[in-house]
Amino acid sequence: MSRDAAKARGEVFAPWLDENAEPLIRFDRVTKKFGDFVAIDDLSIDIYEREFFALLGPSGCGKTTLMRMLAGFETPTTGKIMLAGKNIGPIPANKRPVNMMFQSYALFPHLTVADNIAFGLKRSDMPKDQIAARVDEMLGLVQLKKFGGRKPHQISGGQRQRVALARALAKSPKLLLLDEPLAALDRKLREETQFELMDIQEKLGTTFVIVTHDQEEAMTVASRVAVMDHGQLIQVATPEAIYETPNSRYVADFIGDINLIEGAVKSVARDIAEISWAESMEPLRATAPEGLTKGANCCFAIRPEKVSISAERPEKAANALPGKVIDIGYLGNMSTYHVELANGQMVKAQVPNQNRLSRHAFTWEDAVWVSFTATAGLVLTA
Amino acid sequence: MNRRFSWFNATSLTLGFAFLYLPILILVIYSFNESKLVTVWAGFSTKWYGELFRNQAFMDAAIVTLKVAVVSSTLATILGTMAAYVLVRGGRFMGRTLFSGMIYAPLVVPDVITGLSLLLLFISIGLDRGVGTIVLAHATFSMCYVSVVVSSRLVSFDRSLEEAALDLGCTPWDAFRSVTLPIIAPAVIAGWLLAFTLSLDDLVIASFASGPSATTLPMKIFSAVRLGVSPEINALSTILISIVTVGVVTSSLLTKRASVRRQQQERAAIAEG
Amino acid sequence: MGNTRRLFLILVPYSWLLLLFLVPFAIVLKISLSDSALAIPPYTPTLDLSAGWAGIKALFADFDFENYAWLAEDNLYWKAYLSSLWIAALSTLLALMVGFPIAYGMARAPEEWRPTLMMLVILPFWTSFLIRVYSWIGILGQNGYLNQLLEWLGLIDEPLIILNTPIAVYIGIVYTYLPFMVLPIYATLEKLDADLLEAAEDLGCSRFQAFWLVTFPLSRPGVIAGCFLVFIPVVGEFVIPSLLGGSKTLMIGKVLWDEFFANRDWPVASAVAVLLLLILIIPIVLFQRQQQRQQEAEQ
Repeated sequence: MSRDAAKARGEVFAPWLDENAEPLIRFDRVTKKFGDFVAIDDLSIDIYEREFFALLGPSGCGKTTLMRMLAGFETPTTGKIMLAGKNIGPIPANKRPVNMMFQSYALFPHLTVADNIAFGLKRSDMPKDQIAARVDEMLGLVQLKKFGGRKPHQISGGQRQRVALARALAKSPKLLLLDEPLAALDRKLREETQFELMDIQEKLGTTFVIVTHDQEEAMTVASRVAVMDHGQLIQVATPEAIYETPNSRYVADFIGDINLIEGAVKSVARDIAEISWAESMEPLRATAPEGLTKGANCCFAIRPEKVSISAERPEKAANALPGKVIDIGYLGNMSTYHVELANGQMVKAQVPNQNRLSRHAFTWEDAVWVSFTATAGLVLTA
Repeated sequence: MNRRFSWFNATSLTLGFAFLYLPILILVIYSFNESKLVTVWAGFSTKWYGELFRNQAFMDAAIVTLKVAVVSSTLATILGTMAAYVLVRGGRFMGRTLFSGMIYAPLVVPDVITGLSLLLLFISIGLDRGVGTIVLAHATFSMCYVSVVVSSRLVSFDRSLEEAALDLGCTPWDAFRSVTLPIIAPAVIAGWLLAFTLSLDDLVIASFASGPSATTLPMKIFSAVRLGVSPEINALSTILISIVTVGVVTSSLLTKRASVRRQQQERAAIAEG
Repeated sequence: MGNTRRLFLILVPYSWLLLLFLVPFAIVLKISLSDSALAIPPYTPTLDLSAGWAGIKALFADFDFENYAWLAEDNLYWKAYLSSLWIAALSTLLALMVGFPIAYGMARAPEEWRPTLMMLVILPFWTSFLIRVYSWIGILGQNGYLNQLLEWLGLIDEPLIILNTPIAVYIGIVYTYLPFMVLPIYATLEKLDADLLEAAEDLGCSRFQAFWLVTFPLSRPGVIAGCFLVFIPVVGEFVIPSLLGGSKTLMIGKVLWDEFFANRDWPVASAVAVLLLLILIIPIVLFQRQQQRQQEAEQ
């Protein structure tokens, strides 16, 4: 992936941190309304060249509308969309240097695989003899050289997906849009294809914008992820940042599994905050974000894999809470314990299964302690 | 396909539907014309409707036509449903290809040929031609339409429903009566309506199949119309068109209401769940 | 299904069709090989079953192709067949030209309109065919509404002669068979995935190119089905040429009718029918094949 390539050169691929970098795409206060319904709400964002940018969110959050505005199938109600410094608002879909890979693939059923890939090239001013060569090159890129003569219904779902990709890439667009590109594939094939997509993106250096509702997919492929809800951006950051430092309850809950405990700030001393969350329970200690004030309502969030579980109270833990095991979920590589604390609050703890066939240390109804360090959890105020 | 509805689309729909409906509309308007001269408007009048109802020959023909249509479409529905069931669920049997050929052929054989062949049959077996032979002829060609309508429903019918009924202890006949028939009922009713209309509408086959003792309404209309436009025929056409329009519009409204109600119930169920 | 019940279920419709569909055709074929006679029934030989096997042999011995030779010799029949095929082909083309834009407009109309539009296309199909043809007599006649309108508009001085010419027949055919053309085309266009058109535009097509390169080729099954559904029945059409065509329009359905009812020449009428069916078998088989392929493609 591009990040690895950048790393190999000894630098980090992060143009969004560079104040002088020119964005490839700029949404400038874009709003899109369908009748009374606001699909995109005063949204601004920059996307840079060579990025693999993921738009993530539940259905109806506006991510597809955002993509369709880039493709030219929708026009913003207000605001501007710039591509390489040019306002592309008035340019129709067929004149934009942007191509799209459709969720349904939208392969033309009456044309062969090769003709599908050649379709866009024939509409361009590319000379005829070069078209055949380009089609061949694209077939090679997606490893379908043998299938050029087949019709779309004569190839498998995974092959169709690659034809759609090759067709969209054939015109060497400045920007490739991928609308849920892997949704129709089964899990195993989807995971393989994610890595293929990343390889191809790195090889070509084209900017990819992918729309997906699958958070794992977004985390795997993207250089940056934008989490959307109700037509607004909630957080735009690298996958690591989104996972480790979500900026809100919404993002924390949307990405991965997490324990959320509502409470209020009892005190802030140096950079450690104490959070009171239930009577008769010890306050939770966690690193305080900047600007946290005493008495504010907040939410303590901690990932299950950062919660330890033990029979005795660990001596040095910043946080340790007694409870009892209610449920155990065996996932193969790890087990999830659902622990009920004294006040009824449920806490999930994930423990790796390092030894094969080892006896589980804990079983149902066992009294246990859950514990975590002061830096493991997060205090969320949004 | 749901894309921008262009001016071209709007124009072609407007012109297309004007083409389909203007001639009928003119017919209806001029059925209320005072004048005997049908192409000259001379004021509003319903007198041609009165004339029509006093015309005994037309009334007799109408009764014959209704009788033929009711009996032949009922026969056609029973036979056609059986044929559809055999085609879709019958499995293999001797002469299956011939059977399905005979089901589809009448849909494409010209009426004049069907009529001629039936007439020659009735003559060679010495059957007296009249209402009975028209019924036989109509039942034969409309059963094919019924079986096409019903079999298309049967094909999309989830077979496991029948299997579930058998599994729960139904005999095959019980399963057909209590599961299959209620589900394909709309198609069977549609088939009956189609057969009924085809019978009401048919001129050519009835002309061949009937004898001097029976005249159907289309035969009567045809012989009158050959002489040119007549205000009585306009009135009769208006009555027939109104009946059909009311029938079709009502049934499509009912279907629409049923589907809307179904959607509401489904939504309510989701909200409750 | 129980075995007896299954047998019953198969036998009833089967024997009905054998008796009332297949046997009549055999009789038509038989009579087409007989000679006409001034008798009741007006043809010889008749089958004399009381004479047993000898009777059947005698029957076959008397068969000949005289009627077919007659059809081949007489110009009238040749011309009638050819003109039927020509009228059917041309009116199919006209119906396609009128019907395609309507089907296209319906498919692009907002989704909530479509059931109503469908109903509006089907409604005329439920109203009497005869009445729909009849409605044009008043419009196309010399003093008809069309001539009145054109004169009023000042476009013509002399009334146009349309009724009782082939033009009236074309109008009548296009008018009555239009739903058969519109519905199959609409069905394929409605199923057409909107993504395909967006994909075409995304790859650089203008709207018109997208229509020509994607919509039109993909509507082909509907176009073909619509053309067959119009062409096949029109070849044997009787009502339209006899009400709108006058004596100048020659169509084989009308010839058969006249041969039978006016001339009472049953053997020749039967020969006309057999030949008409033979001519129609080619498009019918082609249509059947196309439908089958279509079904297989959908599965």
